[in-house]
Amino acid sequence: MYTKKVMDHFQNPRNMGEIEHASGVGTVGNAKCGDIMRIYLDIEDDIIKDVKFKTFGCGAAVATSSMATELVKGKTVKEAMEVTNKAVMEALDGLPRAKVHCSLLAEEALQAALWDYAKKNGIVIEGLEEPKPFEEHEEEEEEF
Amino acid sequence: MNKKIYLDHAATTPTKIEVVEAMLPYFTEKFGNPSSIYEFSGQNKEAIEESRELVAKAIGANEREIFFTSGGTESDNWAILGIAESYKTKGNHIITTTIEHHAVLHTCEYLEKNGYEVTYLKVDKDGRVNPNDLKEAIKETTILISIMLANNEIGTVQPIEELGTIAKAAGVLFHTDAVQGVGHVPIDVNAMHIDLLSISGHKLYGPKGIGALYVRKGIKLRSFIHGGGQEKKRRGGTENVPAIVGFGKAIELAITSMEAESNRQADLRDYLIEQVLEKIPHCRLNGHRDFRLPNNANFSFEFIEGESLLIMLDMKDICASSGSACTSGSLDPSHVLLGIGLPHEIAHGSLRISLGEQNTKEEMDYLIESLMVIVARLREMSPLYEDYMKKQAKIER
Ligand SMILES: Cc1ncc(COP(=O)(O)O)c(C=O)c1O
Ligand code: FES
Repeated sequence: MYTKKVMDHFQNPRNMGEIEHASGVGTVGNAKCGDIMRIYLDIEDDIIKDVKFKTFGCGAAVATSSMATELVKGKTVKEAMEVTNKAVMEALDGLPRAKVHCSLLAEEALQAALWDYAKKNGIVIEGLEEPKPFEEHEEEEEEF
Repeated sequence: MNKKIYLDHAATTPTKIEVVEAMLPYFTEKFGNPSSIYEFSGQNKEAIEESRELVAKAIGANEREIFFTSGGTESDNWAILGIAESYKTKGNHIITTTIEHHAVLHTCEYLEKNGYEVTYLKVDKDGRVNPNDLKEAIKETTILISIMLANNEIGTVQPIEELGTIAKAAGVLFHTDAVQGVGHVPIDVNAMHIDLLSISGHKLYGPKGIGALYVRKGIKLRSFIHGGGQEKKRRGGTENVPAIVGFGKAIELAITSMEAESNRQADLRDYLIEQVLEKIPHCRLNGHRDFRLPNNANFSFEFIEGESLLIMLDMKDICASSGSACTSGSLDPSHVLLGIGLPHEIAHGSLRISLGEQNTKEEMDYLIESLMVIVARLREMSPLYEDYMKKQAKIER
Protein backbone atom coordinates (compact mmCIF):
# COMPACT_ATOMS: atom_id res chain seq x y z
CA MET A 1 0.00 0.00 0.00
CA TYR A 2 2.97 2.34 0.60
CA THR A 3 5.59 3.35 -1.98
CA LYS A 4 9.21 2.21 -1.70
CA LYS A 5 10.24 5.69 -0.55
CA VAL A 6 7.63 5.73 2.20
CA MET A 7 8.78 2.33 3.40
CA ASP A 8 12.40 3.45 3.28
CA HIS A 9 11.69 6.52 5.42
CA PHE A 10 9.60 4.44 7.78
CA GLN A 11 12.32 1.83 8.21
CA ASN A 12 15.19 4.27 8.34
CA PRO A 13 13.74 7.51 9.61
CA ARG A 14 16.06 10.48 9.08
CA ASN A 15 16.57 12.96 11.88
CA MET A 16 14.59 11.11 14.50
CA GLY A 17 15.21 12.36 18.00
CA GLU A 18 15.15 15.61 19.96
CA ILE A 19 17.23 18.77 20.22
CA GLU A 20 17.96 20.20 23.62
CA HIS A 21 17.59 23.98 23.81
CA ALA A 22 16.06 24.04 20.34
CA SER A 23 15.39 27.39 18.64
CA GLY A 24 11.85 26.28 17.99
CA VAL A 25 9.65 23.31 18.84
CA GLY A 26 6.26 22.54 17.36
CA THR A 27 3.84 19.83 18.42
CA VAL A 28 0.64 19.16 16.52
CA GLY A 29 -1.98 16.47 16.59
CA ASN A 30 -4.77 15.20 14.44
CA ALA A 31 -7.71 15.29 16.80
CA LYS A 32 -9.53 12.67 14.80
CA CYS A 33 -7.05 9.86 14.32
CA GLY A 34 -5.20 10.88 17.48
CA ASP A 35 -1.74 11.00 15.95
CA ILE A 36 0.89 13.42 17.25
CA MET A 37 4.00 14.88 15.67
CA ARG A 38 6.75 17.06 17.12
CA ILE A 39 9.50 18.89 15.24
CA TYR A 40 12.58 20.55 16.76
CA LEU A 41 14.55 23.21 14.88
CA ASP A 42 18.03 24.54 15.52
CA ILE A 43 18.30 27.79 13.58
CA GLU A 44 21.39 29.95 13.27
CA ASP A 45 21.63 33.05 11.08
CA ASP A 46 18.33 32.19 9.42
CA ILE A 47 19.66 28.75 8.41
CA ILE A 48 18.16 25.51 9.71
CA LYS A 49 21.31 23.91 11.06
CA ASP A 50 19.63 20.93 12.55
CA VAL A 51 16.19 19.43 12.75
CA LYS A 52 14.73 16.44 14.60
CA PHE A 53 11.32 14.87 14.91
CA LYS A 54 9.26 12.51 17.03
CA THR A 55 6.03 10.95 15.87
CA PHE A 56 3.26 8.90 17.42
CA GLY A 57 1.39 7.69 14.40
CA CYS A 58 1.03 5.47 11.40
CA GLY A 59 3.65 4.51 8.85
CA ALA A 60 2.79 7.49 6.66
CA ALA A 61 3.05 9.85 9.62
CA VAL A 62 6.54 8.61 10.42
CA ALA A 63 7.64 8.76 6.78
CA THR A 64 6.25 12.26 6.16
CA SER A 65 7.89 13.67 9.26
CA SER A 66 11.18 12.07 8.29
CA MET A 67 10.94 13.46 4.76
CA ALA A 68 9.89 16.91 5.96
CA THR A 69 12.95 17.15 8.18
CA GLU A 70 15.18 16.08 5.34
CA LEU A 71 13.67 18.69 3.03
CA VAL A 72 14.29 21.59 5.41
CA LYS A 73 17.71 20.69 6.74
CA GLY A 74 20.31 23.27 5.70
CA LYS A 75 17.65 25.52 4.18
CA THR A 76 16.75 29.10 5.03
CA VAL A 77 13.61 29.84 6.98
CA LYS A 78 12.03 31.21 3.83
CA GLU A 79 12.82 28.04 1.91
CA ALA A 80 11.44 25.94 4.74
CA MET A 81 8.15 27.79 4.38
CA GLU A 82 7.84 26.24 0.93
CA VAL A 83 7.88 22.71 2.31
CA THR A 84 4.17 22.01 2.15
CA ASN A 85 2.39 18.71 2.58
CA LYS A 86 2.22 18.47 -1.22
CA ALA A 87 5.97 18.83 -1.49
CA VAL A 88 6.47 16.14 1.14
CA MET A 89 4.03 13.80 -0.58
CA GLU A 90 5.69 14.30 -3.94
CA ALA A 91 9.09 13.62 -2.47
CA LEU A 92 7.72 10.33 -1.15
CA ASP A 93 6.23 9.35 -4.54
CA GLY A 94 2.73 9.76 -3.18
CA LEU A 95 0.54 8.46 -0.36
CA PRO A 96 -2.69 6.47 -0.31
CA ARG A 97 -5.72 8.77 -0.24
CA ALA A 98 -6.66 7.89 3.32
CA LYS A 99 -3.18 8.97 4.38
CA VAL A 100 -3.05 12.47 2.95
CA HIS A 101 -3.96 13.95 6.33
CA CYS A 102 -0.77 12.45 7.76
CA SER A 103 1.33 14.63 5.47
CA LEU A 104 -0.63 17.68 6.58
CA LEU A 105 0.48 16.89 10.08
CA ALA A 106 4.11 17.16 8.94
CA GLU A 107 3.51 20.57 7.37
CA GLU A 108 1.72 21.79 10.47
CA ALA A 109 4.41 20.53 12.83
CA LEU A 110 7.08 22.29 10.81
CA GLN A 111 5.14 25.55 10.78
CA ALA A 112 4.40 25.27 14.48
CA ALA A 113 8.14 24.91 15.15
CA LEU A 114 8.87 27.94 12.94
CA TRP A 115 6.18 29.92 14.76
CA ASP A 116 7.76 29.03 18.09
CA TYR A 117 11.16 30.17 16.78
CA ALA A 118 9.72 33.45 15.49
CA LYS A 119 7.92 34.12 18.74
CA LYS A 120 11.01 33.46 20.85
CA ASN A 121 13.07 35.80 18.71
CA GLY A 122 10.47 38.49 18.17
CA ILE A 123 10.55 38.21 14.39
CA VAL A 124 7.86 37.92 11.79
CA ILE A 125 8.02 35.19 9.13
CA GLU A 126 6.15 36.15 6.02
CA GLY A 127 3.13 33.97 5.33
CA LEU A 128 3.32 32.13 8.66
CA GLU A 129 0.11 31.82 10.63
CA GLU A 130 -0.30 30.99 14.26
CA PRO A 131 -0.76 27.25 14.64
CA LYS A 132 -3.89 25.86 16.15
CA PRO A 133 -3.29 25.31 19.84
CA PHE A 134 -2.35 21.74 20.60
CA GLU A 135 -4.16 20.18 23.50
CA GLU A 136 -1.85 18.11 25.58
CA HIS A 137 -3.35 15.26 27.50
CA GLU A 138 -1.81 16.69 30.66
CA GLU A 139 -3.14 15.31 33.87
CA GLU A 140 -3.00 17.39 37.01
CA GLU A 141 0.44 17.61 38.54
CA GLU A 142 0.51 15.46 41.61
CA GLU A 143 0.89 17.22 44.94
CA PHE A 144 3.60 15.98 47.25
CA MET B 1 13.51 -17.74 11.51
CA ASN B 2 12.84 -17.10 7.87
CA LYS B 3 9.35 -18.35 7.23
CA LYS B 4 6.26 -16.25 7.59
CA ILE B 5 4.59 -16.46 11.00
CA TYR B 6 0.86 -16.14 10.58
CA LEU B 7 -0.86 -14.91 13.75
CA ASP B 8 -4.09 -13.54 12.32
CA HIS B 9 -6.42 -16.54 12.35
CA ALA B 10 -9.33 -14.41 13.55
CA ALA B 11 -9.15 -12.66 10.18
CA THR B 12 -9.06 -15.88 8.23
CA THR B 13 -7.46 -19.33 8.26
CA PRO B 14 -5.68 -21.33 5.58
CA THR B 15 -7.91 -23.92 3.96
CA LYS B 16 -6.78 -27.37 5.06
CA ILE B 17 -5.38 -29.71 2.42
CA GLU B 18 -7.97 -32.38 3.33
CA VAL B 19 -10.66 -29.78 2.81
CA VAL B 20 -9.33 -28.74 -0.59
CA GLU B 21 -9.08 -32.40 -1.61
CA ALA B 22 -12.66 -33.03 -0.58
CA MET B 23 -13.76 -30.04 -2.66
CA LEU B 24 -11.81 -30.66 -5.86
CA PRO B 25 -14.00 -33.34 -7.50
CA TYR B 26 -16.99 -31.01 -7.24
CA PHE B 27 -15.40 -28.54 -9.63
CA THR B 28 -14.65 -31.10 -12.33
CA GLU B 29 -16.22 -34.54 -12.64
CA LYS B 30 -18.98 -33.90 -10.08
CA PHE B 31 -20.00 -30.53 -11.48
CA GLY B 32 -23.71 -31.28 -11.90
CA ASN B 33 -26.46 -29.00 -10.67
CA PRO B 34 -27.87 -30.56 -7.49
CA SER B 35 -31.41 -29.78 -8.65
CA SER B 36 -31.11 -31.79 -11.85
CA ILE B 37 -32.91 -35.06 -12.17
CA TYR B 38 -30.19 -37.42 -13.44
CA GLU B 39 -28.34 -39.67 -11.11
CA PHE B 40 -24.90 -37.99 -11.24
CA SER B 41 -26.34 -34.67 -10.09
CA GLY B 42 -28.39 -36.35 -7.43
CA GLN B 43 -25.16 -37.37 -5.75
CA ASN B 44 -24.37 -33.69 -5.26
CA LYS B 45 -27.60 -33.22 -3.41
CA GLU B 46 -26.47 -36.01 -1.11
CA ALA B 47 -23.11 -34.35 -0.60
CA ILE B 48 -24.87 -31.14 0.43
CA GLU B 49 -27.04 -33.01 2.89
CA GLU B 50 -24.02 -34.75 4.38
CA SER B 51 -22.39 -31.39 4.99
CA ARG B 52 -25.60 -30.11 6.51
CA GLU B 53 -25.54 -32.98 8.99
CA LEU B 54 -21.93 -32.27 9.91
CA VAL B 55 -22.69 -28.60 10.54
CA ALA B 56 -25.77 -29.47 12.57
CA LYS B 57 -23.84 -31.97 14.66
CA ALA B 58 -21.16 -29.40 15.47
CA ILE B 59 -23.65 -27.22 17.34
CA GLY B 60 -26.12 -29.84 18.58
CA ALA B 61 -28.81 -28.93 16.06
CA ASN B 62 -30.97 -30.93 13.66
CA GLU B 63 -29.92 -30.84 10.01
CA ARG B 64 -33.29 -29.46 9.04
CA GLU B 65 -32.40 -26.34 11.03
CA ILE B 66 -29.24 -25.54 9.01
CA PHE B 67 -29.32 -23.16 6.01
CA PHE B 68 -26.21 -22.55 3.92
CA THR B 69 -25.30 -18.92 3.21
CA SER B 70 -22.38 -17.03 1.71
CA GLY B 71 -20.76 -16.55 5.11
CA GLY B 72 -20.96 -14.93 8.51
CA THR B 73 -22.02 -11.54 7.20
CA GLU B 74 -24.97 -12.90 5.27
CA SER B 75 -26.05 -15.10 8.19
CA ASP B 76 -26.05 -12.09 10.53
CA ASN B 77 -27.96 -9.98 8.01
CA TRP B 78 -30.52 -12.67 7.38
CA ALA B 79 -31.10 -13.46 11.04
CA ILE B 80 -31.63 -9.85 12.05
CA LEU B 81 -33.46 -8.49 9.00
CA GLY B 82 -35.51 -11.66 8.69
CA ILE B 83 -36.72 -11.70 12.27
CA ALA B 84 -37.32 -7.95 12.23
CA GLU B 85 -39.64 -8.36 9.30
CA SER B 86 -41.29 -11.64 10.22
CA TYR B 87 -42.09 -10.49 13.76
CA LYS B 88 -42.90 -6.84 13.16
CA THR B 89 -46.51 -7.29 14.19
CA LYS B 90 -45.24 -8.36 17.60
CA GLY B 91 -42.87 -5.44 18.12
CA ASN B 92 -40.03 -3.33 16.78
CA HIS B 93 -37.40 -3.51 19.50
CA ILE B 94 -34.04 -5.29 19.18
CA ILE B 95 -31.34 -5.68 21.78
CA THR B 96 -27.67 -6.08 20.91
CA THR B 97 -24.31 -4.89 22.28
CA THR B 98 -21.84 -2.13 21.46
CA ILE B 99 -19.07 -4.60 20.58
CA GLU B 100 -20.72 -6.69 17.87
CA HIS B 101 -19.16 -7.27 14.48
CA HIS B 102 -20.12 -4.68 11.87
CA ALA B 103 -22.25 -7.33 10.14
CA VAL B 104 -24.59 -7.03 13.14
CA LEU B 105 -24.08 -3.37 14.04
CA HIS B 106 -24.59 -1.96 10.57
CA THR B 107 -27.64 -4.17 10.07
CA CYS B 108 -29.12 -2.81 13.30
CA GLU B 109 -28.33 0.74 12.25
CA TYR B 110 -30.11 0.11 8.98
CA LEU B 111 -33.17 -1.09 10.89
CA GLU B 112 -33.08 1.99 13.10
CA LYS B 113 -33.46 4.11 9.98
CA ASN B 114 -36.49 2.02 9.11
CA GLY B 115 -38.60 2.42 12.20
CA TYR B 116 -37.01 -0.09 14.55
CA GLU B 117 -35.66 0.69 17.97
CA VAL B 118 -32.33 -0.80 18.99
CA THR B 119 -30.79 -0.99 22.46
CA TYR B 120 -27.01 -1.36 22.48
CA LEU B 121 -25.99 -2.96 25.75
CA LYS B 122 -22.73 -1.73 27.19
CA VAL B 123 -20.11 -4.26 28.24
CA ASP B 124 -17.81 -4.19 31.26
CA LYS B 125 -14.08 -3.43 31.09
CA ASP B 126 -13.39 -7.04 30.09
CA GLY B 127 -16.00 -7.00 27.35
CA ARG B 128 -18.69 -9.05 29.10
CA VAL B 129 -22.40 -8.30 29.05
CA ASN B 130 -24.05 -8.12 32.46
CA PRO B 131 -27.04 -10.51 32.32
CA ASN B 132 -29.02 -8.14 34.54
CA ASP B 133 -28.63 -5.38 31.95
CA LEU B 134 -30.20 -7.70 29.42
CA LYS B 135 -33.07 -8.51 31.74
CA GLU B 136 -33.76 -4.84 32.29
CA ALA B 137 -33.59 -3.95 28.62
CA ILE B 138 -36.30 -6.40 27.55
CA LYS B 139 -39.68 -4.76 26.87
CA GLU B 140 -43.12 -5.72 25.59
CA THR B 141 -41.99 -4.84 22.07
CA THR B 142 -38.68 -6.73 22.08
CA ILE B 143 -38.57 -9.26 19.25
CA LEU B 144 -34.88 -10.18 19.05
CA ILE B 145 -31.75 -10.31 21.15
CA SER B 146 -28.50 -10.60 19.20
CA ILE B 147 -25.32 -11.07 21.24
CA MET B 148 -22.09 -12.50 19.85
CA LEU B 149 -20.73 -15.67 21.39
CA ALA B 150 -17.10 -14.57 21.22
CA ASN B 151 -15.63 -11.25 20.20
CA ASN B 152 -13.39 -11.18 17.14
CA GLU B 153 -11.04 -8.51 18.48
CA ILE B 154 -10.59 -9.05 22.20
CA GLY B 155 -11.67 -12.70 22.31
CA THR B 156 -14.07 -12.28 25.22
CA VAL B 157 -16.61 -15.11 25.45
CA GLN B 158 -20.09 -14.13 26.67
CA PRO B 159 -22.14 -16.04 29.26
CA ILE B 160 -24.29 -17.28 26.39
CA GLU B 161 -26.20 -19.92 28.29
CA GLU B 162 -27.23 -17.43 30.95
CA LEU B 163 -28.23 -14.86 28.33
CA GLY B 164 -30.13 -17.50 26.37
CA THR B 165 -32.00 -18.54 29.47
CA ILE B 166 -33.07 -14.96 30.09
CA ALA B 167 -34.25 -14.59 26.50
CA LYS B 168 -36.19 -17.82 26.69
CA ALA B 169 -37.87 -16.87 29.97
CA ALA B 170 -38.95 -13.58 28.41
CA GLY B 171 -40.17 -15.29 25.26
CA VAL B 172 -37.78 -13.33 23.02
CA LEU B 173 -35.81 -14.92 20.16
CA PHE B 174 -32.07 -15.16 20.74
CA HIS B 175 -29.50 -14.88 17.94
CA THR B 176 -25.78 -15.28 18.42
CA ASP B 177 -22.93 -14.54 16.02
CA ALA B 178 -20.75 -17.57 16.73
CA VAL B 179 -18.36 -17.01 13.82
CA GLN B 180 -15.34 -16.83 16.13
CA GLY B 181 -16.59 -19.49 18.52
CA VAL B 182 -17.46 -22.55 16.45
CA GLY B 183 -14.60 -25.03 16.46
CA HIS B 184 -12.93 -23.30 19.40
CA VAL B 185 -15.42 -23.57 22.25
CA PRO B 186 -18.17 -26.17 22.79
CA ILE B 187 -21.59 -25.02 21.60
CA ASP B 188 -24.97 -26.63 22.09
CA VAL B 189 -27.89 -24.65 20.77
CA ASN B 190 -30.40 -26.46 22.98
CA ALA B 191 -28.50 -26.27 26.26
CA MET B 192 -27.68 -22.61 25.52
CA HIS B 193 -31.22 -21.72 24.38
CA ILE B 194 -30.01 -20.29 21.10
CA ASP B 195 -32.68 -19.75 18.41
CA LEU B 196 -30.47 -18.48 15.58
CA LEU B 197 -26.72 -18.85 15.15
CA SER B 198 -24.26 -17.59 12.51
CA ILE B 199 -21.24 -19.61 11.35
CA SER B 200 -18.55 -18.87 8.76
CA GLY B 201 -16.42 -21.44 6.92
CA HIS B 202 -13.16 -19.55 6.51
CA LYS B 203 -12.59 -19.05 10.23
CA LEU B 204 -12.35 -22.79 10.78
CA TYR B 205 -9.95 -23.83 8.01
CA GLY B 206 -12.70 -24.06 5.41
CA PRO B 207 -13.17 -22.03 2.23
CA LYS B 208 -14.19 -18.36 2.13
CA GLY B 209 -17.64 -17.27 1.00
CA ILE B 210 -19.54 -20.06 2.69
CA GLY B 211 -21.33 -20.19 6.03
CA ALA B 212 -24.54 -21.22 7.65
CA LEU B 213 -27.42 -19.90 9.68
CA TYR B 214 -29.01 -22.17 12.24
CA VAL B 215 -32.72 -21.45 12.65
CA ARG B 216 -34.57 -23.27 15.39
CA LYS B 217 -37.47 -25.38 14.16
CA GLY B 218 -40.75 -23.50 14.26
CA ILE B 219 -39.31 -20.01 13.82
CA LYS B 220 -40.78 -17.94 11.02
CA LEU B 221 -37.93 -16.50 9.03
CA ARG B 222 -38.62 -14.89 5.72
CA SER B 223 -36.68 -15.94 2.62
CA PHE B 224 -33.50 -14.01 2.17
CA ILE B 225 -32.79 -14.54 -1.49
CA HIS B 226 -35.76 -15.07 -3.74
CA GLY B 227 -35.27 -17.50 -6.57
CA GLY B 228 -35.33 -21.24 -7.00
CA GLY B 229 -36.38 -23.78 -4.44
CA GLN B 230 -32.95 -24.26 -2.87
CA GLU B 231 -32.56 -24.29 0.92
CA LYS B 232 -36.27 -24.95 1.34
CA LYS B 233 -37.05 -21.87 -0.76
CA ARG B 234 -35.51 -19.64 1.89
CA ARG B 235 -32.33 -18.94 0.00
CA GLY B 236 -32.57 -19.35 -3.72
CA GLY B 237 -29.67 -19.89 -6.10
CA THR B 238 -27.70 -22.93 -7.26
CA GLU B 239 -25.75 -24.18 -4.29
CA ASN B 240 -22.00 -23.58 -4.06
CA VAL B 241 -21.42 -27.32 -3.89
CA PRO B 242 -17.61 -27.38 -3.59
CA ALA B 243 -17.69 -24.77 -0.81
CA ILE B 244 -20.49 -26.56 1.04
CA VAL B 245 -18.58 -29.84 0.87
CA GLY B 246 -15.39 -28.12 2.05
CA PHE B 247 -17.24 -26.36 4.85
CA GLY B 248 -18.67 -29.69 6.04
CA LYS B 249 -15.25 -31.32 5.98
CA ALA B 250 -13.64 -28.39 7.78
CA ILE B 251 -16.20 -28.25 10.55
CA GLU B 252 -15.96 -32.01 11.04
CA LEU B 253 -12.17 -31.79 11.42
CA ALA B 254 -12.45 -28.76 13.71
CA ILE B 255 -14.87 -30.46 16.06
CA THR B 256 -12.86 -33.69 16.15
CA SER B 257 -9.67 -31.91 17.19
CA MET B 258 -11.33 -29.13 19.20
CA GLU B 259 -10.57 -30.25 22.70
CA ALA B 260 -6.91 -31.10 22.18
CA GLU B 261 -6.24 -28.14 19.90
CA SER B 262 -8.01 -25.62 22.15
CA ASN B 263 -5.98 -26.75 25.11
CA ARG B 264 -2.76 -26.56 23.16
CA GLN B 265 -3.51 -23.08 21.85
CA ALA B 266 -4.69 -21.86 25.24
CA ASP B 267 -1.34 -22.90 26.70
CA LEU B 268 0.52 -20.97 24.00
CA ARG B 269 -1.78 -18.00 24.55
CA ASP B 270 -1.20 -18.02 28.31
CA TYR B 271 2.53 -18.24 27.82
CA LEU B 272 2.44 -15.33 25.40
CA ILE B 273 0.27 -13.18 27.67
CA GLU B 274 2.39 -13.86 30.71
CA GLN B 275 5.65 -13.13 28.93
CA VAL B 276 4.48 -9.97 27.19
CA LEU B 277 3.01 -8.48 30.35
CA GLU B 278 6.18 -9.32 32.24
CA LYS B 279 8.72 -8.19 29.68
CA ILE B 280 7.15 -5.09 28.19
CA PRO B 281 6.35 -2.17 30.50
CA HIS B 282 3.24 0.00 30.06
CA CYS B 283 1.27 -2.76 28.44
CA ARG B 284 -2.15 -4.23 29.16
CA LEU B 285 -4.18 -7.22 28.12
CA ASN B 286 -7.56 -6.41 26.57
CA GLY B 287 -10.51 -8.75 27.04
CA HIS B 288 -11.31 -11.12 29.87
CA ARG B 289 -8.40 -13.06 31.33
CA ASP B 290 -10.32 -16.35 31.64
CA PHE B 291 -13.51 -16.08 29.58
CA ARG B 292 -11.66 -15.72 26.32
CA LEU B 293 -11.08 -17.64 23.10
CA PRO B 294 -8.22 -20.11 23.41
CA ASN B 295 -6.49 -18.55 20.41
CA ASN B 296 -6.81 -14.82 21.15
CA ALA B 297 -4.48 -12.37 22.85
CA ASN B 298 -5.04 -8.63 22.53
CA PHE B 299 -2.59 -6.11 23.97
CA SER B 300 -2.34 -2.34 24.21
CA PHE B 301 1.09 -0.78 24.32
CA GLU B 302 1.05 2.75 25.65
CA PHE B 303 2.69 5.59 23.70
CA ILE B 304 2.81 3.78 20.37
CA GLU B 305 0.51 3.41 17.40
CA GLY B 306 -0.76 0.13 15.98
CA GLU B 307 -0.14 0.54 12.26
CA SER B 308 3.53 1.31 12.76
CA LEU B 309 3.72 -1.70 15.03
CA LEU B 310 2.13 -3.93 12.38
CA ILE B 311 4.46 -2.75 9.63
CA MET B 312 7.47 -3.42 11.83
CA LEU B 313 6.16 -6.87 12.70
CA ASP B 314 5.59 -7.51 9.01
CA MET B 315 9.23 -6.62 8.38
CA LYS B 316 10.04 -9.47 10.75
CA ASP B 317 7.65 -11.74 8.81
CA ILE B 318 4.98 -11.71 11.50
CA CYS B 319 1.36 -11.18 10.39
CA ALA B 320 -0.99 -9.76 13.02
CA SER B 321 -3.66 -7.08 13.25
CA SER B 322 -4.60 -3.98 15.22
CA GLY B 323 -7.62 -1.98 16.27
CA SER B 324 -5.78 1.26 15.65
CA ALA B 325 -7.50 4.10 13.81
CA CYS B 326 -4.71 4.33 11.28
CA THR B 327 -5.31 0.80 10.01
CA SER B 328 -9.06 1.10 9.76
CA GLY B 329 -9.26 3.80 7.15
CA SER B 330 -12.02 5.48 9.15
CA LEU B 331 -9.72 7.42 11.52
CA ASP B 332 -11.59 6.03 14.50
CA PRO B 333 -10.06 3.37 16.67
CA SER B 334 -11.93 0.10 17.05
CA HIS B 335 -15.43 0.39 18.50
CA VAL B 336 -14.69 -2.71 20.56
CA LEU B 337 -11.71 -1.17 22.32
CA LEU B 338 -13.63 2.06 22.90
CA GLY B 339 -16.55 -0.12 24.06
CA ILE B 340 -14.48 -1.60 26.89
CA GLY B 341 -13.61 1.93 27.96
CA LEU B 342 -10.11 2.37 26.57
CA PRO B 343 -9.13 5.99 25.90
CA HIS B 344 -8.37 6.81 22.25
CA GLU B 345 -4.60 6.90 22.57
CA ILE B 346 -4.45 3.51 24.30
CA ALA B 347 -6.85 1.93 21.80
CA HIS B 348 -4.48 3.27 19.17
CA GLY B 349 -1.61 1.08 20.30
CA SER B 350 -3.41 -2.22 20.20
CA LEU B 351 -2.27 -5.53 18.78
CA ARG B 352 -4.37 -8.63 18.15
CA ILE B 353 -2.64 -11.98 18.02
CA SER B 354 -4.87 -14.89 16.99
CA LEU B 355 -3.28 -18.32 17.02
CA GLY B 356 -3.87 -21.32 14.81
CA GLU B 357 -3.10 -24.98 14.49
CA GLN B 358 0.35 -24.45 12.98
CA ASN B 359 1.73 -22.06 15.60
CA THR B 360 4.45 -23.20 17.97
CA LYS B 361 6.12 -22.11 21.19
CA GLU B 362 9.26 -21.16 19.25
CA GLU B 363 7.14 -18.73 17.27
CA MET B 364 5.81 -17.22 20.49
CA ASP B 365 9.38 -16.70 21.68
CA TYR B 366 10.30 -15.05 18.41
CA LEU B 367 7.21 -12.84 18.64
CA ILE B 368 7.98 -11.80 22.21
CA GLU B 369 11.58 -10.99 21.33
CA SER B 370 10.51 -9.00 18.27
CA LEU B 371 7.87 -7.13 20.22
CA MET B 372 10.36 -6.07 22.87
CA VAL B 373 12.64 -4.55 20.25
CA ILE B 374 9.87 -2.95 18.17
CA VAL B 375 7.95 -1.46 21.07
CA ALA B 376 11.16 0.05 22.48
CA ARG B 377 12.04 1.45 19.06
CA LEU B 378 8.61 3.02 18.51
CA ARG B 379 8.66 4.51 22.00
CA GLU B 380 11.99 6.07 21.23
CA MET B 381 10.22 7.80 18.33
CA SER B 382 7.15 8.79 20.32
CA PRO B 383 6.59 12.34 21.57
CA LEU B 384 4.11 10.94 24.08
CA TYR B 385 6.76 8.71 25.57
CA GLU B 386 9.21 11.62 25.68
CA ASP B 387 6.68 13.70 27.63
CA TYR B 388 5.98 10.80 29.95
CA MET B 389 9.66 10.20 30.69
CA LYS B 390 10.30 13.89 31.31
CA LYS B 391 7.39 14.01 33.69
CA GLN B 392 8.66 10.96 35.56
CA ALA B 393 12.10 12.58 35.86
CA LYS B 394 10.49 15.73 37.28
CA ILE B 395 8.53 13.73 39.84
CA GLU B 396 11.66 11.89 40.93
CA ARG B 397 13.58 15.11 41.45
C1 LIG C 1 -17.64 -12.08 14.72
C2 LIG C 1 -17.71 -12.09 13.24
N1 LIG C 1 -18.91 -12.04 12.62
C3 LIG C 1 -19.01 -12.04 11.28
C4 LIG C 1 -17.89 -12.09 10.46
C5 LIG C 1 -18.06 -12.09 8.98
O1 LIG C 1 -17.90 -13.35 8.44
P1 LIG C 1 -17.68 -13.54 6.86
O2 LIG C 1 -16.30 -13.03 6.58
O3 LIG C 1 -17.80 -15.01 6.62
O4 LIG C 1 -18.73 -12.77 6.17
C6 LIG C 1 -16.63 -12.14 11.06
C7 LIG C 1 -15.41 -12.17 10.23
O5 LIG C 1 -14.76 -11.17 9.98
C8 LIG C 1 -16.54 -12.14 12.48
O6 LIG C 1 -15.36 -12.17 13.08
S1 FES D 1 -1.42 10.21 11.02
FE1 FES D 1 -3.26 9.24 11.57
S2 FES D 1 -3.56 7.79 10.07
FE2 FES D 1 -1.66 8.63 9.60
